[in-house]
Amino acid sequence: MKALIDYTLHLADNTLILAQRNAEWCGHGPVLEQDIAITNITLDLVGQSRSFYQYAALLLNNGSTEDSLAYLRTEREYKNCLLMELPRGDWAQTILRQFFNSAYQYYLYQYLQQYNDPQLSAIAEKSIKEVSYHLRWSSEWVIRLGDGTEESHERMVQALQTLWPYTGEMFIPAPYETELGIDLAAMQVSWQLKIKAVLEEATLDVPEKIFMQQGGKAGIHSEHLGFLLTDLQYMQRTYPGCEW
Amino acid sequence: MNETIPDKATILDWLEEVKDPEVPVLSIIDLGIVRDIRLQDTDLEIVITPTYSGCPAMDMIATMIKMEMAAHGYPGARITTILSPAWTTDWMTEKGKQQLKEYGIAPPLPKQQGCDQRLFQEAAAVQCPRCGSYHTQRISEFGSTACKALYQCEDCREPFYFDCAISKVAFA
Ligand SMILES: [Zn+2]
Repeated sequence: MKALIDYTLHLADNTLILAQRNAEWCGHGPVLEQDIAITNITLDLVGQSRSFYQYAALLLNNGSTEDSLAYLRTEREYKNCLLMELPRGDWAQTILRQFFNSAYQYYLYQYLQQYNDPQLSAIAEKSIKEVSYHLRWSSEWVIRLGDGTEESHERMVQALQTLWPYTGEMFIPAPYETELGIDLAAMQVSWQLKIKAVLEEATLDVPEKIFMQQGGKAGIHSEHLGFLLTDLQYMQRTYPGCEW
Repeated sequence: MNETIPDKATILDWLEEVKDPEVPVLSIIDLGIVRDIRLQDTDLEIVITPTYSGCPAMDMIATMIKMEMAAHGYPGARITTILSPAWTTDWMTEKGKQQLKEYGIAPPLPKQQGCDQRLFQEAAAVQCPRCGSYHTQRISEFGSTACKALYQCEDCREPFYFDCAISKVAFA
C-alpha cells in the first residue's frame, strides 16, 4: 500500500508542480492566444493532480485531503521529477519542457489505462484526451521555434541544453515504481522515438547520452522547489484552514 | 424533509433545472454528466462525471445539485464523481446540441475527425451557428474559458465558440 500511495503522490506532484510553473505565464504570454493556451493546459494539469491527490487521500485514510496534500507538505515530501520544478525560463524553455512532459504523459497514461489499479486507470482514461491535445500543441511549437528565426532556433538550442539532463529521471525507476512493476523501459523507448522525430523536424540536434540528474522522485530537490512551494502554499500557511 | 424516496424519472426532471454554469442554456442532463441515480432505502446517490479533468465548474455543479435536491426536500442526497468511463459527446442529448447551437456555440462534429497526433493539420470544418456555413476559420485553439476554441465565419463574419471540451473528444 505504501508504494501505491507514494506513486500516486508522485503522479500528483508532477502535474501540480508543472502546473504551478506554467501558471506563472498567466497574463504574460508572448501573444494572447498562446497565453490562454498555456494556462488552459495548466488547468488540465491541475485537474489531473486533483484526481491523483483525492485518490492518495483516500488510500492514506488518515484525514488527509487533496488540499492538505497540496498545501501542507514540505519540500522533502514532494516526489515530483526535478524537470517540473525548474524555473519557467523563456518561452522556448517552457514549450520544450511542456513537450517533454506531454510526450511522457501520453505514453504513461496509455500504460496506466491497462494497469491493474482501477482508479489510476480511470484517471489515465479521463486525462489521455487532454494530454494528446497538449502533445500536439507543444510539438507544433517546438517545430515552429526550432525551425523558425535565427533567434528562436538559438533559444531552443539553449533550452535543450538546459533541460536535457533532467529528462532521464522520468525513466529511472524509484523504489515505489519498481515495487509496483511500472514498466518505464518500454515507455522510454516510445518517448525517445517521439522526441527524436519532433526535434529533427525542428532542425534541432538530438542530444548525446549524458549524465542525468535525479533526486526529485525520492524527495531530494533543487533549491527551486522551496521558492515555488512558498508561493503555492502561502495562503494556507498564513491563514490555516482558510476557504474561498 | 421528505421520508419517501422519489423515483428516478422525478429526480431527472428536477435535475433539468441545474444548468452548466459556463453554458447556462444547457442542463446537466442535456450535457450528459449525470451518469446514475442510485436509490437504496432512504439513501439517495447521484453519480456525475466531469467533461474534462480541469473543469472548474464541477464543485459548483455538485453544490447546485445538492441545493436543487434540498429544495425538493432531500437535503441528504450524496454526490459521487466518477472518471470512468470517460465522458463523450455521445452522451449529450439532441435537445442539448440544438440549444448549444442556438446559444451561438457550434455543436460537436457529426462524425469523428481524426487529426490526433498529425501536426499542423487544418482545423476540422465547423459549422457557423449563425448562418450555417462551413466556410469558417479557427482563430485560436483555446478560448476564453478552458473548454472553448474561437472560430470565425468567413461568410457572415460572425465570431463564435466551438466547445472544445466537446471537440477534444470529437477530435481524439
Ligand atoms: Zn456564418
